[in-house]
Amino acid sequence: MTDDSPAQAGPQDHARRGPPPPPPSKRGFDWRAAAVPTAISAVSIAVVFGVLSWLVTSAEQWPRIRLQFFNIDAMIAAFPRVLQGFWVNMQVWLTVLACILVWALVLAIVRSLRAPWFAPFRLMVVIYIDLFRGVPVLLLVLLFGFGIPALNLPGLPSSGLFWGSVAMVLSYASYVAEIYRSGIDAVHEGQRAAAKSLGLSEWQTLRYAILPQALRNVVPALMNIVVALQKDVALLSVIGVRDAVREAQIYTASTFNYSSLIVAAGLFLLATVPMARLADYLTQRDRQRRLQVAG
Amino acid sequence: MTTPMIEIDTVTKYFGDKLVLDRVSLTVNPHEVVCLIGASGSGKSTLLRCVNRLVEHDYGAIRLDGVPVDDAAFGKTGLQKRAGIVFQSYNLFPHMTVLDNITLAPRRVHGVARIEAEDRGREVLARFGMDGFAGSYPEQLSGGQQQRVAIARALMTRPDVLLLDEITAALDPELVGEVLAIIRGLKDDGMTMMIVTHEMGFARDCADKVAFLDGGTILEEDTPTRLFDTPQEARTKVFLQRIVESGRL
Repeated sequence: MTDDSPAQAGPQDHARRGPPPPPPSKRGFDWRAAAVPTAISAVSIAVVFGVLSWLVTSAEQWPRIRLQFFNIDAMIAAFPRVLQGFWVNMQVWLTVLACILVWALVLAIVRSLRAPWFAPFRLMVVIYIDLFRGVPVLLLVLLFGFGIPALNLPGLPSSGLFWGSVAMVLSYASYVAEIYRSGIDAVHEGQRAAAKSLGLSEWQTLRYAILPQALRNVVPALMNIVVALQKDVALLSVIGVRDAVREAQIYTASTFNYSSLIVAAGLFLLATVPMARLADYLTQRDRQRRLQVAG
Repeated sequence: MTTPMIEIDTVTKYFGDKLVLDRVSLTVNPHEVVCLIGASGSGKSTLLRCVNRLVEHDYGAIRLDGVPVDDAAFGKTGLQKRAGIVFQSYNLFPHMTVLDNITLAPRRVHGVARIEAEDRGREVLARFGMDGFAGSYPEQLSGGQQQRVAIARALMTRPDVLLLDEITAALDPELVGEVLAIIRGLKDDGMTMMIVTHEMGFARDCADKVAFLDGGTILEEDTPTRLFDTPQEARTKVFLQRIVESGRL
């Protein structure tokens, strides 16, 4: 049955001579087909945003708003201190984040171990999570950041920054522990059965079989927490930590101009927007991976 | 008379209030292959899982080589070492390579050194034609290949008994053969096996004994020839008739 025996060639064979057409992705970008929609998008964006900015800037109050919030001189003057404060924010963010991820993992592991003698510890974790998830972070920051240093406990640090950070860790860990737990629960029951049938202990099952999969599952959800935390560390400014917000406030208090807060906002956006994009990207990649596994 | 390899003695099991195994007794002698057949929900998978205590039975006794499976003599992991199980859905660990999958239990549970475990692992993989895939991840393999790895994993500790739970049910039809060929090879080596299966053709020419489960009891138990050709019970006849109609016999 060779290709060129005309006696056996079916009606399809005529169209199938030669190599198959190339995959669509190899055809190259078709500029002509893309030009019109791209142009329409660009023009409509320019028109809508142009009209909006004209409306805002032509408003009667605009000069006053600009002077109060977007005063270039005030911004330049406040920038070095605010940037210094922002550096504190980023340091606190990374330190607190690392502590949260570890502490929450401990909580999640304790909660998911099923051995009967573990019951009191499981109960403690349940109470912990209820408690710290149910109280405003701001309240905890005030309570820890002002309250504990005031006790002058021997042998413990007395800095508000330290205790404020502890409050952030305790509060955020209760959320992250629940995220971990959802990831652990999402691992297929067959994985536990396989581990058990191989003789792995409960801890080994968690350590070698369940957790590596669970952590991978929760990366997108964790990324949202990471972004939220990145700006929530500014809460420490209320207990006097000289972060970006605090520095901006100090400037505002002496000049009655709010442009310094806009500078701080800009710095936060510079940090959070790329993180949010990264979170989107990781979520997207995770979805594709799941689709592939499912297919 | 030799000690049976597996002796299931009037075992009863409830899931909540639901009776799933009702006073089941079954004996598997050394080097024997016993197939469990029956409709979904008849209790055959549960019975299999009771043997290695993935499911704990409520009444009766199960003995492995004369020792009750819940006897302290097995310690924490002795039973799992002597009775390997393979699942319908492979249940390989997706984040580990093939070699890590099969050496996990020897290394972490039985304290075998890494080099030794990996040598044995490569040897078992080679036997199943999977030696080129030691560094691959499960999702890179076909279903048949994954199931071959799962069988290799169950054999790593040199078990006396292999429990197979519908191991071809999730495979595309053209991949069933390669897995069944491995089971036939294991039978030739004298492995004792308890097999839950829907592959009646395989059960007919590979099993020493076939047990038909229905509603949590073994309704009929005989050599494959007799059970398939001259079933005694009306329920067995109906079940086999349905299988014939679906083209699987």
